[in-house]
Amino acid sequence: MSANVKKSKGGPDRHPLAPWMFLAPYLVYAAVFFAYPLLYAAWLAFHQTDGPQASVFVGLGNFKFVFTDPRFYKALTNTTIYAIASICIQLPISLGLAMLLNNSNSRMKGAFRLMIFSPNLVGQIFVGVMFAVIFTPHYGLFNKGLDALIGWGLEEQWLQNPDLLLPALIIISLWMYVGYNMIYFLAGLQSVDKQLIEAAQIDGANSWQTFIHITIPQIKPIAIFVVIMSTIGSYQLFDLPFALMKGQGFGPGDSALTIVGYLYDWGFNVGDLGTAAAIGWVLAVIIFTISIFQIKVTHAYDVD
Amino acid sequence: MHTVHWVLIVAAVIYVALRLIPGKGWKIAPAYLRVVLLCMAAFLTLTPFIWLICSAFKDKSIMMQYTFLPPVSDWFNGALNLDNFRHLINVKDISPQGPVSFWQYIVNSIFLSCTITSINIFLSSMAGYALAKYRFRGRNIIAFVMIGSMMFPAMLLLAPLFEMIYKFGWMDTYLALIVPSAITVFGIFLFRQAMVGVPNSLLESARVDGASEFRIYWEITLPLVRPITAAYCLITFLGTWNAFLQPQIFVQTQSKLPLPVVLNQYIGLYVQEYGIFLAGTLLAIIPPAILFFILQKEFVAGLTSGATKG
Repeated sequence: MSANVKKSKGGPDRHPLAPWMFLAPYLVYAAVFFAYPLLYAAWLAFHQTDGPQASVFVGLGNFKFVFTDPRFYKALTNTTIYAIASICIQLPISLGLAMLLNNSNSRMKGAFRLMIFSPNLVGQIFVGVMFAVIFTPHYGLFNKGLDALIGWGLEEQWLQNPDLLLPALIIISLWMYVGYNMIYFLAGLQSVDKQLIEAAQIDGANSWQTFIHITIPQIKPIAIFVVIMSTIGSYQLFDLPFALMKGQGFGPGDSALTIVGYLYDWGFNVGDLGTAAAIGWVLAVIIFTISIFQIKVTHAYDVD
Repeated sequence: MHTVHWVLIVAAVIYVALRLIPGKGWKIAPAYLRVVLLCMAAFLTLTPFIWLICSAFKDKSIMMQYTFLPPVSDWFNGALNLDNFRHLINVKDISPQGPVSFWQYIVNSIFLSCTITSINIFLSSMAGYALAKYRFRGRNIIAFVMIGSMMFPAMLLLAPLFEMIYKFGWMDTYLALIVPSAITVFGIFLFRQAMVGVPNSLLESARVDGASEFRIYWEITLPLVRPITAAYCLITFLGTWNAFLQPQIFVQTQSKLPLPVVLNQYIGLYVQEYGIFLAGTLLAIIPPAILFFILQKEFVAGLTSGATKG
């Protein structure tokens, strides 16, 4: 212990190396499992590999290949449709449920929150395993339920029909994640200033006007957070379609192929880690671009 | 007309009736609508679980016949039984290394989740403590690198990680799963946020009493952020319990596999007898469900603390 350390805010007699000791595991981890793989991924992306042994420099060859491969565009389209559906269908439902809960008394709030959140305990693989059966034609729970409700869909082959596979994925993710995003919206709504709402109501604002002019601006930070997290999560979708397709391929006509599925296929089915790393970088750039775009757009809205 | 329609019609009629009653009904109607909508959401959410539980106990001869359960009169004629669970536990999977029982996978999953969760809580909270309670040169740079690293998708690092694990000789060992998950930036930030609130005076007085820096962290600070520890414990446990991609890639020996990888195999293996893998799924979601019910309050607080405190 060095007693002559300058007495800063930290107080008496503390070792200058103490914070570094606490941080040491992270620093080692970040160097070995973040910085190195990141640089390695950059290196790999410019090489052709065949198994973990041989590699040849190919310049931009991997990227050229990815950008000319129709499967990449199929994966990109599928993932984008899924992401847009997540934001446009799932988040409004989450917000609606959060608002219903926010106005309820606390005991009811706790019980409903628990129930609606519960699918999040179940990993995507287990959900995929369950829903592979739930979407069975004629016998599946979903097919029967849909038939009972609107008289259609009993015999639909959700998982074999290329037009219905992506909608099925969206329906499943709705079941899984509505409760998750609802928790965030609820936290945001609980911090909305109640006096502002009362003041608006006294001024004669109806509930729609209150919602647009008071609630929305106040929950905007958390809404932006949810939108960005949801986009990032959507672009990394893999486990769910993989399990739904029973680990065999990516559905008829690649209709359940996602970008990560495409990466997995190249890296671990084909064994070409170079192309996989290139796809990984492309995915990183896509996620970066969209996140920055979302931040910019929402911020610009803030200024005016 | 199906029962579902009748329920919806009755609910709608009650709503209209409430709105028509002058005075009090006008006030009750929105509250009633709220409860009805929430009940519908809860019903849609829970139905797959109810279906899962029913299916796991149904005999395979009537699996397709009833959506949920057979009529009560058949319950004790063998229509409901434990055959699926018995099959799961008694029939061992064949692998080149010999037969493997289902218990083995449960043990593997519990071992992996508990090990990763405890190591991760320890290491992440230490780093969080350093960022929260020390002022030192380089702190901002480290925080900046951490935030930056959260922006890279994990998938980008997967291919290089595969090569590294191969070169380290960790293929087919648990080291390949445990070491890369030993610490998370998300955890560090969660602990930092919570530990900033621990009063400095408390730490100072411990220092004056001659406590070592590690003891101040371990015996004073960590117990004070118990709710966040509980929340993070559950988040990490759920993440590792449900992890699929890494074990699928790094582990080959059948007897070392965790549950998600095995159930993904079963779905291809038991194509005609899906009661078996549904029973397996039911068993696999029980441990995280128990942990969730114990820690649910802290969990919700922990999930949202990063988002609301900013």
